[in-house]
Amino acid sequence: MKPAPFEYVAPATLDDAVGALAGEGGDAKVLAGGQSLIPMLALRLARPTLLVDINHIAGLDGLRESAAALEVGALVRQRDLERWAASRSSLFTEVLRHVAHPPIRNRGTVVGNVVHADPASELPALLLCLEGVVVARGPRGERTVTADQLYRAPLTTSLAADEVATSVRFTLPPAGAGWGFAEVSRRHGDFALVGAVAVLARDAGGPVSRARLAFLGAGGTPVRGVAAERILEGNEPTPARLGEAARAAAAALSPDDDIHATATYRRRVAATLAQRTLAAALARCGSGA
Amino acid sequence: MTRKIRLTVNGQEHERAVEPRTTLADFLREDLELTGTHVGCEHGVCGACTVLLDDEPVRSCLMLAVQADSRRITTIEGVAPAEGLDPIQEAFWAKHGLQCGYCTPGIIMSARAFLREHPTPSAEDIREMLAGHLCRCTGYHFIVEAIEAAAQALRSSGPGRAS
Amino acid sequence: MGAKYFGASVRRKEDPRYLRGEGRYVDDIKLPGMLHAAFVRSPYAHARITGIRTEAARRLPGVAHVFAFADLERWMKPLPLFGAIPPGLAARVKVTMRQVGQLAMCRDEVRHVGEIIAMVLASSRAVAEDGCERVEVDYEPLPVLADVVAAGEPGASVLYPEWGDNVALAFKTGFGDVEAALREADARVRERFVIPRYVGMPIETRGVVAQWDPRDGSLTTWNGTQVVHFVQQGLVAALGLPPSRVRVIAPDVGGGFGTKANGYAEDLLIPAAAIVSRRPVKWTEDRREHMMGSAHARAQVHDIEIAARRDGTMLAVRDRIWVDLGAYNSWGIVLPYNTVAHLLGPHRVPNLDVECRGIVTTKTPNAPYRGAGRPETVFAMDRIVDCLARELRMDPAELRRRNYLSQADMPYEIDIPYRDGNPLVYDSGDCKASLEDALRAVGYEGLRTEQARLRERGIYRGIGLSGYVEGTAIGPYEGATVRLDASGHATVATGACSQGQGHETSFAQIAADALGIPLEWVTVVGGDTAAIPFGVGTFASRSAVNAGSSIHEAADRVREKIVTAAAALLEAAPADIEVADGMVSVRGAPASAAPLASVIWAAIPTFAKPGVVPPDFEATVYHHQPTVTYTNAVHVAVVDVDPGTGAVKLLRYLVAHDCGKLINPVIVEGQIHGGVAQGVGGGLLEEMVYDEQAQLLTGTFMDYLVPTAMELPAIETVHLEYPSPRNPLGIKGIGEGGAISPPAAIANAVEDALSPWGVRVTRTPLGPSVVLGLLEQAGAKPV
Repeated sequence: MKPAPFEYVAPATLDDAVGALAGEGGDAKVLAGGQSLIPMLALRLARPTLLVDINHIAGLDGLRESAAALEVGALVRQRDLERWAASRSSLFTEVLRHVAHPPIRNRGTVVGNVVHADPASELPALLLCLEGVVVARGPRGERTVTADQLYRAPLTTSLAADEVATSVRFTLPPAGAGWGFAEVSRRHGDFALVGAVAVLARDAGGPVSRARLAFLGAGGTPVRGVAAERILEGNEPTPARLGEAARAAAAALSPDDDIHATATYRRRVAATLAQRTLAAALARCGSGA
Repeated sequence: MTRKIRLTVNGQEHERAVEPRTTLADFLREDLELTGTHVGCEHGVCGACTVLLDDEPVRSCLMLAVQADSRRITTIEGVAPAEGLDPIQEAFWAKHGLQCGYCTPGIIMSARAFLREHPTPSAEDIREMLAGHLCRCTGYHFIVEAIEAAAQALRSSGPGRAS
Repeated sequence: MGAKYFGASVRRKEDPRYLRGEGRYVDDIKLPGMLHAAFVRSPYAHARITGIRTEAARRLPGVAHVFAFADLERWMKPLPLFGAIPPGLAARVKVTMRQVGQLAMCRDEVRHVGEIIAMVLASSRAVAEDGCERVEVDYEPLPVLADVVAAGEPGASVLYPEWGDNVALAFKTGFGDVEAALREADARVRERFVIPRYVGMPIETRGVVAQWDPRDGSLTTWNGTQVVHFVQQGLVAALGLPPSRVRVIAPDVGGGFGTKANGYAEDLLIPAAAIVSRRPVKWTEDRREHMMGSAHARAQVHDIEIAARRDGTMLAVRDRIWVDLGAYNSWGIVLPYNTVAHLLGPHRVPNLDVECRGIVTTKTPNAPYRGAGRPETVFAMDRIVDCLARELRMDPAELRRRNYLSQADMPYEIDIPYRDGNPLVYDSGDCKASLEDALRAVGYEGLRTEQARLRERGIYRGIGLSGYVEGTAIGPYEGATVRLDASGHATVATGACSQGQGHETSFAQIAADALGIPLEWVTVVGGDTAAIPFGVGTFASRSAVNAGSSIHEAADRVREKIVTAAAALLEAAPADIEVADGMVSVRGAPASAAPLASVIWAAIPTFAKPGVVPPDFEATVYHHQPTVTYTNAVHVAVVDVDPGTGAVKLLRYLVAHDCGKLINPVIVEGQIHGGVAQGVGGGLLEEMVYDEQAQLLTGTFMDYLVPTAMELPAIETVHLEYPSPRNPLGIKGIGEGGAISPPAAIANAVEDALSPWGVRVTRTPLGPSVVLGLLEQAGAKPV
């Protein structure tokens, strides 16, 4: 189980990286953490002719936090984000706990995970829930792609083959917002069979001012629970309404069968987990995300 | 086709020419003949090949040797003193924390980094860390006890022993 | 024999090298000029090969050789077959059996995904794989057999046309009058249970290195096998060499579990490649090859019925069994008959009627894996017992209590032969005591009270029991040579080989006690045909009893030789000589104490005089073990099931077991823990999944799910010690036991947790999607 041969470059600048990608006509791959790419190389499921290793490019390693957003550079490891989150965000901490295992998180990058676009992965769903964006650099310059516009199909994004994702930006939940995260996986650290992440904010004991819900493992891409968000925003978050919202969001899903779970299972449990995460988010409202 | 790399492994500097497709695991085993790092799946799940990259555990099968250029690697061969065992190895011996020994080096490398960050882990913390390593012999029971014992030994022997 | 070490949890002698990264496994072996092999394997489950073109592969720089069947035809004899029917069994049970030996490389037909079609030798494994991609094979797909029950029906396409159907093995057995018992019974329960394919999955894959020495025409091969002498016999037959010219060495082996006790194509192909190429050759199986090419296991269907009186007294069991053999029946009687022999286990059942058929399918061949028929049969039996308990509205523990055998019943005969042809007679043990100890240790009554309380809060906890009686330590023999060197240190050579079980320690404990020397003075050598000419190997929980008894006896004989020499040297009566801690002395005269080495040196001739006795401090014993000895255990699983997601959380797992005298209690516990973990895998996670085209869908560790530390609880153990009368040390086998009961105990616990819905669990693994499916089938609301 050895990779097929490929060439390797480790450019020092982003321009050189983009140039190398563009020069290979779609047969090149960006190598950052490599935790998804290298297994695919070993299995010969991916056969790039060139790997463009971006680990030596300056300026991609920052974690920049502002009041409303967190920008994560392309070389920030999942473990770095976990360490950042330890004192700042219980939501990020909980989500990252479920991303594989420490040796993988030490090497795997946040951006790489987001743009690898595995629909059962946790960070893409979190990005969607937090209305994040991906910043990418290509031959035509830099552009920003919202999470809503990013995911096309399993392992497929709207980024072009000659674009390098340079950072992702998470919109941090407003002060006082609550969160919920739940997934079912066969084993700890495995990709989720199905999961949900929710953020709720409400006006002091009153109606929901903001509701965000996203699913993982519930279709070909991570999916926003828009139906639930509409039902909840501006309304009292009664248990019945949370249930109604969860069911409405799950009803819009079109998940797939695989050897670990049926589509029926995923749809049904998506509703259960949506309800649980919304309830958890509500319970945390006021105590911070 | 090949590319020259220079790296430090267990305190010793090496310079070699490698093919880009060679993984760090194969490089350590084939080129440096450090066969204590074991390969169990070559797709990043089993954890047997775990080594320390600048003191952090990583899967050596999920890293190319060319990416280890100018980095510092520690393998199981770099853990024990010249004679005897280090406190974590000693605890695995005392608690029967291994049977066939195949997954053991990877677990010990992870445990070193883990105990540095978590000097007083709970059994549940240990299990969550261990979940990144497949052991098919022990059922993990005695591995958990070994790491608990190692934590205690490291605490009583003062800071810095596991670094 | 003084018992200084026997029974003590001494630290393992082999551990320091493993801990320091100094173990030596097959893939660690590197020889000058070595070539690396990779294989072209079939992507089809069943197809005719109509063409193979290897030119493009041969032209690739770095490729040294490409071999297909025709290139190595002179050695392509059928691989070894196992599981012949012993005379004692044939006399009692009419067995129809057909076996076809697999060829090491396919000639013109492939019969499962992963079967070998060609071999590429190259300067590195990576280049060998590049070469494999350039081998072109033309296939003409043939009908597949993906479902074992369908494959056994008339009208199914036939894998071996000369057979006329796919039934490789069939027999009926039993005793009493089941029909009459069924008529008289107050309660009858019947169900179909499916035990999926799940496998040993050692973390070290298989591997072979071979070196041909043209100077003397000898072959040395390192093979990660549990059975060096079987591999040697296979090579002797295929290569036409005498055994003394074929040395098979199993160095450190990273887990076996039965998977590595099988005969494999690569055992022959790598040595053949070394002979043809005149270069050392290495092949290390990769994980994907392991999934499709190494033996699979389990895979049975049981239609089982049980009948009982209202008070729970069991009257009869009837079972119809399908064993999915995969594409070849290389193990003959072993798996099907093991299944039948262990069906009743700890239960007293006066009437039995079993029909068992082994069916070939176009899937990877099955071979014995830790338990070898027992986990399957115990799943069927313990599930139907729980179904009966529900039918009788009786607590499942109480139902077992009323039917379990106790010490007063021993020896207890089940009136069918064992697999070795001898009568099936339990030698010792107390199943009821195991049950009571398990229930007490787990706090069964308290768990039931807590279960009711939790249920009111919407927490669905379940408690599941399973018990078995296991024939362990199958013979016919294992040998040992014990030999002292001039310092009095001992080497113990045996045909048993360790894959992590700690032979270097347990066997040394036995030898050190018998010899009267420190444990550190004993070196155990297993897994080398040059160390002992005849052997069987390590599988079937057999090594402690078979090899241990030989070591004990051989060491005793060496001790007698020491005593004779010491008596001559110290001018005392042999009866007065004591040997302890490597010192020899005359009883009651401590001043006479002399180092063992001085006795040995006194036996070595000098110019001045001959030795006091000839310096022969060596003995070889081949212990004959006509039949098995019976271990028993009761397992208890406690689970929580989330009815919203179907997720099962295993909270506790307890094992109360009797494996006779314990050589090293900590090693015994480790064996139990590991077995339980594999059984939990079978209960909750593990399955080799094939689709309708018999394509293997579980090709990596992302699909085939080995349990991690997060899926397992701490494992509780209770030891009962009823010594076996069938060997001098009173021991019984423990290697497999832990793996037998978990699927049944967990399935019973899950069904118990979901009893408000009245679900019936009929198969494993119980992943969340399966569990939620059961709830949906039963109706959404608890009843």
